[in-house]
Amino acid sequence: MADNTSENIPTVIADGVDIVYRVNGTGAGRGSATAALNRILRRKQTEKAAGVRKVHAVKKVSFVAYKGEAIGLIGTNGSGKSTLLKAVAGLLPVENGRIYTDGQPSLLGVNAALMNDLTGERNVHLGGLAMGMSREQVKERYQEIVDFSGINEKGDFITLPMRTYSSGMAARLRFSIAAAKDHDVLLIDEALATGDRSFQKRSEARIRELRKHAGTVFLVSHNNKSIRDTCDRVLWLERGELRMDGPTNDVLKEYEAFTGR
Amino acid sequence: MSQALHTPPTTAPVPPPETDLAALAARHGLAVSGARPSLPQYVRELWARRHFIGAFSTAKLTAQYSQAKLGQVWQVLTPLLNAAVYYFIFGKLMGTSRGVPDYIPFLVTGVFVWTFTQSSIMAGTRAISGNLGLVRALHFPRAALPISFAMQQLQQLLFSMVALVVILLCLGMPITASWALTVPALVLQSVFNAGVAMIMARMGAKTPDIAQLMPFVLRTWMYASGVMFSISHMMAKHTDTPSWVTSALQANPAAVYIDLMRFALIDSFRGDQLPPHVWAIATGWALLAGVGGFIYFWKAEETYGRG
Repeated sequence: MADNTSENIPTVIADGVDIVYRVNGTGAGRGSATAALNRILRRKQTEKAAGVRKVHAVKKVSFVAYKGEAIGLIGTNGSGKSTLLKAVAGLLPVENGRIYTDGQPSLLGVNAALMNDLTGERNVHLGGLAMGMSREQVKERYQEIVDFSGINEKGDFITLPMRTYSSGMAARLRFSIAAAKDHDVLLIDEALATGDRSFQKRSEARIRELRKHAGTVFLVSHNNKSIRDTCDRVLWLERGELRMDGPTNDVLKEYEAFTGR
Repeated sequence: MSQALHTPPTTAPVPPPETDLAALAARHGLAVSGARPSLPQYVRELWARRHFIGAFSTAKLTAQYSQAKLGQVWQVLTPLLNAAVYYFIFGKLMGTSRGVPDYIPFLVTGVFVWTFTQSSIMAGTRAISGNLGLVRALHFPRAALPISFAMQQLQQLLFSMVALVVILLCLGMPITASWALTVPALVLQSVFNAGVAMIMARMGAKTPDIAQLMPFVLRTWMYASGVMFSISHMMAKHTDTPSWVTSALQANPAAVYIDLMRFALIDSFRGDQLPPHVWAIATGWALLAGVGGFIYFWKAEETYGRG
């Protein structure tokens, strides 16, 4: 953490954050009837005995993010990067600690709101509304979104149901919808790796544009190159713990030594 | 976890004491992420998402039959087939139609109006637990989900009403001024349904098992609500039942909304078959469920999304 940031304006503050997932029907009884009965009868007893397994995904993470920073989140699979991002977005409740934010951080992703049985056209509207755009804003941006996605380059595909799209086309449309809105605090979860090479270039350019408008950007990626290109600070999570927090090059050097490449 | 990590962190930051962070947040006016907004604020946020609620419910409705060859024709065909099955079983085989004039419209109205309440409650139970992906991906007032599921069922009912009007006209029923009463009856029932959907959504989010239990509860409720028979006729036959049982059966919200719709549409269904103060009861149920359900749902707003 550089000292000269202390007089800057903080946008996201994580204060000793713990995030725990609870999964029913695992552990001792493996979801058998007796374990379930046990769970009901001994409600307030230890959760372990009741067959509820706790997954401690993020442990005591604290950091302060400032306005104008682009922060990369790295770590091996299952280290809690995406979980932390969702908690910052206010989508996952924290077990202990607090996350303070300036305005409403948005996670770049609308996948869940889209429906495969609907046409691309209706999905653009639905996705835009789901992100909190007004009807007028969606109408205004519609052509821009379709052009950006390049769905119509090979014929009139936007009026076909999304289930007829190839996986690459669907991913491109999703990214285009998600990137159509400007955000105060922007959280990106490995969205850069979608589509073919020409679309990737276009989306990287769009991300840079979004960064200019956004106060702070968080980027989760396994691609060290894209982290190096876009971020000036990196948080390294390992097994839910914050292992390192510092300038991109220092942290990436350690991380690359750790992952053995 | 140190046993698994061989390289000691070289530039490990020393996190400032926790009190400092909270004070820093307070100094710059940062808000706690994912905290529950105040009730008026929540209403405002929900109102801002009204177009999303509309678009989401319509999208769900159209997506339902998009793979079928007949497509949206099923919107009308499904309720008609349902009514035909109930007519065959209850009208012909069991003979509950005896003593009820215009039994076909009586039954079909009952089935359609009941299906609206039943499906809203079922969809509401799964509104959060079945859409965790959406809840975990996007930020919006979660009440939008149960409400848009209730709206989806309302649209479904409007399609059914088209089928019902066709049946009524085929049977030679006259169009009367009382048909206009369907509008306030539907509005009240929609508010009631949305309210119950929100209550069930919170319970279903905490305990998904409720979704397994609800079909049985709903079936029991259906048989107690006079969907296929007339409560007043049935009770007239059993003169030894205390009168409060009849009153209780007739005041149950499902029976109230069904009978109001029958009163509005069917000529031979007279006002004396309705319980006293029926509009007051209908409004009372709608307000109780609507306002109560909304507040109950809002109280747990920040917890939705935990596995």
